[in-house]
Amino acid sequence: MSALLSMQGVSTAYGAVQALTDVSLEVAEGEIVTLIGANGAGKSTLLMTLCGDPRARAGRISFDGADITALPTHAIMRRGIAQAPEGRRVFARMTVRENLMMGAEALGQPGDELPRVLALFPRLEERIAQRAGTLSGGEQQMLAIGRALMSKPRLLLLDEPSLGLAPLVVKQIFGAIRRLNAEAGVTVLLVEQNANLALRLAHRGYVLVNGRITMAGTGAELLAREEIRDAYLGGGAH
Amino acid sequence: MRPVAASREGVLYALRDAGLAALVAFGLFAPLVGLRTDVVEGGLALRGRWDDVAWLCLIAFVGRLAMVLLAGRRLPRLALPAPLARTARYVTPFCLGLALLLPWLPFVERYELDLGILVLTYVMLGWGLNIVVGLAGLLDLGYVAFYAVGAYSYALLSTTYGLSFWVCLPLAGLLAAFAGVLLGFPVLRLRGDYLAIVTLAFGEIIRVVLTNWVSLTNGPNGISGIPRPGLFGLAFTSEEGGFADFFGLEYDPVHRVIFLYYLILGLALLTNWVTLRLRRQPLGRAWEALREDEIACRALGINVTVTKLTAFAIGAMFAGFAGSFFATRQAFVSPESFTFIESAIILAIVVLGGMGSQLGVALAALLLIGGTELFRDLAEWRMLIFGAAMVVIMVVRPRGLVGTRTPSIALGEKRAIGGNFVSEGH
Repeated sequence: MSALLSMQGVSTAYGAVQALTDVSLEVAEGEIVTLIGANGAGKSTLLMTLCGDPRARAGRISFDGADITALPTHAIMRRGIAQAPEGRRVFARMTVRENLMMGAEALGQPGDELPRVLALFPRLEERIAQRAGTLSGGEQQMLAIGRALMSKPRLLLLDEPSLGLAPLVVKQIFGAIRRLNAEAGVTVLLVEQNANLALRLAHRGYVLVNGRITMAGTGAELLAREEIRDAYLGGGAH
Repeated sequence: MRPVAASREGVLYALRDAGLAALVAFGLFAPLVGLRTDVVEGGLALRGRWDDVAWLCLIAFVGRLAMVLLAGRRLPRLALPAPLARTARYVTPFCLGLALLLPWLPFVERYELDLGILVLTYVMLGWGLNIVVGLAGLLDLGYVAFYAVGAYSYALLSTTYGLSFWVCLPLAGLLAAFAGVLLGFPVLRLRGDYLAIVTLAFGEIIRVVLTNWVSLTNGPNGISGIPRPGLFGLAFTSEEGGFADFFGLEYDPVHRVIFLYYLILGLALLTNWVTLRLRRQPLGRAWEALREDEIACRALGINVTVTKLTAFAIGAMFAGFAGSFFATRQAFVSPESFTFIESAIILAIVVLGGMGSQLGVALAALLLIGGTELFRDLAEWRMLIFGAAMVVIMVVRPRGLVGTRTPSIALGEKRAIGGNFVSEGH
């Protein structure tokens, strides 16, 4: 399998606190891979380590065949990785359009992805001249994903897109991710606490516990595992 | 503040609250106003001014009583009435026209021109700091340091090497920008309060260095005899070959003042023009994005280091230009001109004007600098009025005088951005 992204034996620490230990994972071109785990397991740290902030203490991270372990963050993002960060982090006082354009301009691109992003999230088109701060939580999440897509990334990193959203909205957003993957061929690495939804959406999944990868498999495989159902799918609900 | 119904308990509560306010006012004003030392034969005599204290406490009592009783009703936020709002877009051309024609207006004498130069210097400093604080959101309490670097650069380059103003001006800007980068590096990781403290310290360090590095800066005595700028080599003197002689005019010292006035106007407008241009460039928008959310900027692949350093450098460069102008106008610089209060005034101009608003900054500079100048006769009461005016502006218009901004990227028509998306000062 030719991996678009691969992490081999990656460890990360915040000062003396070990956050990731010997993590290895692969994401192949065209896949949706999800990373599930409890609060504080190190899911967000893994995504951030990928982006070089914090930097991996050990191991090797490569993207599209090139070693990106030691590159500065902005250089990594320039290689075709984009992230919709945890908590959305839209630019509240800028308009929806300005937010989207930032996604392209930050990398010196003209922003010709705009029509496609607006087609994926028609709600954003309705609100294009509105301040991002006035959007609902779901719309802000769409904006965060749309902003990341503006740079035509090959790999899209999504950090808890379902955070604090109503189930119906989560469904819309997951539907958009599926379409994005199926129609535009964008590879997605999805970090989620909502293991049920994430594993149904993803081709493959990894389970992160205390900074270590404890299980890996296809979405369906993981969903069927007893331990997963107990730990992440609300226990006992067999 | 808890809304008070017009009930008996409400009135009692309001009275108690107002009494407390009066007590606090008494505590403050008793030593500040109540006791006054007068010089008499053989030393100082203490004189009480208790009637003044009583008045002040009464004002505090009545004011607080009114505030508490009226709470729950909306505070009067100064919204522009509709016809005024429609004329608002003529404010900028009007101000610009007035600034351009000022030296030729009939009532304008030497004093008004000097005041105009002073106000424009602060307008320029405000616009420069606006890049750092208003656009990039980096709170800088030591902006005067770059002003000082510019002023001393010009003073030293011109007195030591005899370079002309027009050569020194860009050099001074460059050196100030370099100082900006120098400050920028250590504070890259800091934000908010922490950044403010380090910049504050930086401002003081520059001043202390200027005071103590006597061999270079002549210490507290300052540098005098700084050459005046000329217009394309024409000096503003009464001698032959001077400006007046060349144009066949009768020599008048006001010529130079008018020249200086247009010089600072030009420099200020250059600052404004560059800022407006940059706001439409990716760099300017990256500044604004940085102000909104640094982590999101990193996630988008913005080089945060470069973005911050350019904000510091460009902001500092304009302070350097203003410093050069200051040095050439005064013909004398000393560390005394670059104390913390200068930084505070410039920051106050930016905040009162409305973060990021170019027109607001200009109006605030006019109000603060011109206003305090108008009240010069009131001596020590001037600072009280100055402080009170700031408080009133922040209460009535918490987002500054001009609390709206135009989107950098407009779709079709341009719409002002509502006040609630501009920083609030409380």
